[in-house]
Amino acid sequence: MKLHRLLLAPSLGTILIFMALPIALTTLYSILSPAQYGGVIWQPSGEAYVRLLFERDIFDDTLSFNADYLQILGRSVVQAGIATILCLMIGLPTAWFIATRPPAQKSLCLMLVTVPYWVNLLVRTIALLLMLRDEGPINGALQSMGLADGPLPLAYNNFAIGLGLVSSFLPFMILPLYAAIERFDFSLLEAAYDLHASRWQAVRSVILPILRPGLIAGGLLVFIPGIGSYLAPDILGGGKTLMLGNLIGMQFQGSRNWPFGAALSTVLMSVTLIALILVARRAAREEA
Amino acid sequence: MMALLDTRARDIRNLPGVGVTAALAVAFLYAPILFLMLYSFNGGRSISRLDGLSLRWYRAVFANEEIGGAALNSVLLAVIAASLATVMATAAALAMVRMRVRRKAAAYAVLNFPLMVPEIVTAIASLIFFSAVGLGLGFGSLVIAHTTFCIPFAYLPIAARLTSMDAGLEVAAADLYARPLRRFALITLPLLAPGLLSGWLLAFIVSLDDFIISSMLAGPGSTTLPVHLYSMLRLGITPEVNAVSSLMVLASALVVILSGLISRRKT
Repeated sequence: MKLHRLLLAPSLGTILIFMALPIALTTLYSILSPAQYGGVIWQPSGEAYVRLLFERDIFDDTLSFNADYLQILGRSVVQAGIATILCLMIGLPTAWFIATRPPAQKSLCLMLVTVPYWVNLLVRTIALLLMLRDEGPINGALQSMGLADGPLPLAYNNFAIGLGLVSSFLPFMILPLYAAIERFDFSLLEAAYDLHASRWQAVRSVILPILRPGLIAGGLLVFIPGIGSYLAPDILGGGKTLMLGNLIGMQFQGSRNWPFGAALSTVLMSVTLIALILVARRAAREEA
Repeated sequence: MMALLDTRARDIRNLPGVGVTAALAVAFLYAPILFLMLYSFNGGRSISRLDGLSLRWYRAVFANEEIGGAALNSVLLAVIAASLATVMATAAALAMVRMRVRRKAAAYAVLNFPLMVPEIVTAIASLIFFSAVGLGLGFGSLVIAHTTFCIPFAYLPIAARLTSMDAGLEVAAADLYARPLRRFALITLPLLAPGLLSGWLLAFIVSLDDFIISSMLAGPGSTTLPVHLYSMLRLGITPEVNAVSSLMVLASALVVILSGLISRRKT
């Protein structure tokens, strides 16, 4: 065997065998029948996918449309989408600020926004819940200033989940945007003005093209983990509002319907792959 | 964006509102963590009122054998997974950066694949796989799963360091008839060391951070610290939860700062 193959074999083999193969196996499990206490019976069945959209009557086996799971899927997409937009609104000015600092401050600022990302996500989620609780410092401050009569319902709802997603993934938005702005030669903007570009023209044809790769990378890095996120809805949503990640997890814990969980996971994986392929093709087209 | 539109002013570098947003973003990221750490020093049992400062909850945490066991599992797992991932990632980086590889784009896509998969998908896929092949749940499965998702995190800094290194030194060694293995040990490895260390640290912390994959794969004796912390939440947020969390924050901060110092010395 050639040396470079020998060097690549362990890492590529590990990823293919212990990640790609399990995901393929998950897809296979999604078209099998569930066993009673978790696991599967090797008997092909489309039931898991039918269940996504329909409810089967336990007496006469008729199917009726059931939007519950579709709603959870939709909620996951909307929550992740809103979180992505919020991350962009906070992340773009932040990245701009960091990228325009003198070099010495730059690395300090960058470190400041990256350190929280490396703090355990579970710990960060708990910390956020601590802030948002009825007895938490935000509600305490609002009440002592007389701005609220009772505690505002900040925790255990969609708002809290959204805030959780933003704080989980904000660094993912800031870093690629920073990388894009860093490379920007600010004299280009002055050149555009010298050539009598209007502000809008300058933004559209000078700043936007430079931001685009950062926007796309940041958007994906927030949106994709956002859809499948587990801890934020679980802890900050108080288990009342489910997202896709929780629904998948449940099928392997309490509910024990592995094929249904596998089908949901296959749907999530497909959405992810489609988004990645679209972006990759677009990037390839722009390079050409 | 509004601020961006008003940029006829000479200095585009200081847009109004940009600094304020950045400060708010940093506050938003840090305030909850700092608040949690403050309350871990609470003298009383409350998590909403401070009754003097004390270390009693840390003493309680250190006296708790279950927490100690879970912490030990976590560290052991992270050390093994990070080390395995670093060795494999180094080999891969040597091939990808220094050699001619056919279908390089495909190899690159595979190396980065673990970064693209949503964590919950990895978690249940691993659960399905390990029960299908009869390996079951436990420490062995955890090591394999963690090593796998750590590979790209170890790979990125190592490959970056290798790319920025002057290949001329290695060529010069070859010209002086140093054999490949000797060349690797005497020239490549020492120069690569900072990359290896930051790759290892990154993998280590990513392994420590994981909750969802470990919670699906951990058997009775192989609970990791985040999984144990999650189970403590059934009683609500307690001062013990705050103390364990604070210790985890401290560990991450130390690793990140260490890694930052190493990468700064690179040049």
